[in-house]
This record gives sequence, C-alpha cells and structure tokens, in this order.
Amino acid sequence: MKYQTNFKVMGRTLLIELNSELDHHNSEFIRKKADNIIDANVIKNIILDFDKVSFMDSSGIGVIMGRYKKIIFNKGKIVVININKSIDRILRMSGLYRLVERCDDLDMAIDKLEERVK
Amino acid sequence: MFKNKVNIELDSISCNEAFARMATVAFLAPLDPTIDELSDIKTAVSEAITNCIIHGYDNCYGKIYMNMKLENNKFTVEIIDNGIGIENIDKAMEPMYTTKEEEDRSGMGFCFMEAFMDELVVKSKKNEGTTIIMSKYINVEGE
Repeated sequence: MKYQTNFKVMGRTLLIELNSELDHHNSEFIRKKADNIIDANVIKNIILDFDKVSFMDSSGIGVIMGRYKKIIFNKGKIVVININKSIDRILRMSGLYRLVERCDDLDMAIDKLEERVK
Repeated sequence: MFKNKVNIELDSISCNEAFARMATVAFLAPLDPTIDELSDIKTAVSEAITNCIIHGYDNCYGKIYMNMKLENNKFTVEIIDNGIGIENIDKAMEPMYTTKEEEDRSGMGFCFMEAFMDELVVKSKKNEGTTIIMSKYINVEGE
C-alpha cells in the first residue's frame, strides 16, 4: 500500500501525493523516500496532498515536522492540500498550522508558493 | 445490558498498527458509532500500539495485548506491553516531549489519547512494561 505514494519533482518543489493511512508503519517509508528526493534535487518547497489519506496519527505529524526542519534551511515552505475534517483536527491540535500553510487544492498551493518568489 | 469482550495478542511489528485499528472498528460496529467517534478511537488506539512498538520494545520483538470491552455504550480498551516501561509518566505525557526525536516522533501520542478518549489511565513500571487503559462513551450525541 505504501508504495502507491507518488513523489513528483516540479522544479524545486516536491509534490507528495499520499496514498495510504499515515501511521508509523507507512511514515517510515515516506520520510526516507522524501529525504532522498529533497537532498538529490535541492528541494525548497513541499506540497503534501492528503486527498487519499483516510487516517493520520502523531506519526504523520512527525513526518511533516521532520521535513519542515529540513527545508527551512533553504527558506522553503510546506503547503498541505485536500485536508479533510479529521486530519484538520489533528493538524490544528498539534499546532502544525504555525509551520505549514493549508490550501484547498494543488492550483492554489502552486499560486501560493509562486507569490513568494515574485 | 449489552456486554462484549475481545482479547487480542499482537506481535510488536508496525503492520499490526493498522490491524489493531481495524479490529477496533469491527468490535465497535454493533454500537453504530459516528464517523467522528470511530476516528477518535482509531487514533488513540494507533498511538498506544505505536508506543508499545517503538518505545516499549524499542523496535524489537515483543508481545502486545489488546483487550477490548463493551458495557452498554462504554468502550474500554487496555493496551499492554512487557517492555522497558516509562520512567516519568508526567514527562512522557507532556505535549511535544519525545525521547525519539531522531526518528521524527512528534511527542503528540499521549495528547491525542487524552483528547480523543473520555478516560485515560497510564500505569508503568521500569523494565516491566506499560498498561494503557482508555475509555470512551459511544453515541452520546444521539441520546
């Protein structure tokens, strides 16, 4: 199941299309793969697409916090998109919206990231 | 009074986190819980099982015992490991506190258990293990 997560490099932005329950089991693969791509492509920004994520626990929070610590050195940003109600609650409770921005969809996320460049 | 009990023994491997969540959903089905209630309990169970695996047994082999109980609309789950135990429970329960930062742990596990369940008891003894007992009342809104 975890191998269905798609990683797309778009310039210096990495789009991660999550496609599994974001628990400890699946997080291990996602964080390692993401870190390899971030290092190899000098990734600055990350867009995390939660459209197909039905479940997330504190392991998912750890994945986002860990990637934030990496890309902040490049003055990068993390944007989360397609957030459902239960995932929104987890993100809010853990204070993660202080570190990441939420957008409705991919187009809005790309607009948001490009504004910063201008 | 409606009563039911199911006890499960799990190996401490990470694919059993999803199994424990699914077993919980199946166990609760007769009560017809709301999606929010299910999502709360799944998160809390997932946190407790993950703690057994990465902290209790430090990613090594061990047994996790998961005992679920229903009494009318009260769901209780005990999650027990015979691992290293927690030295300072108060500290462990602080938000953002983790002993495994290098593994990208957020330190939010106990916070979610506390927030999503109605009752939470943590018992632990060094080198003997940890027992988590959590309860939640189901279908409270519908009454």
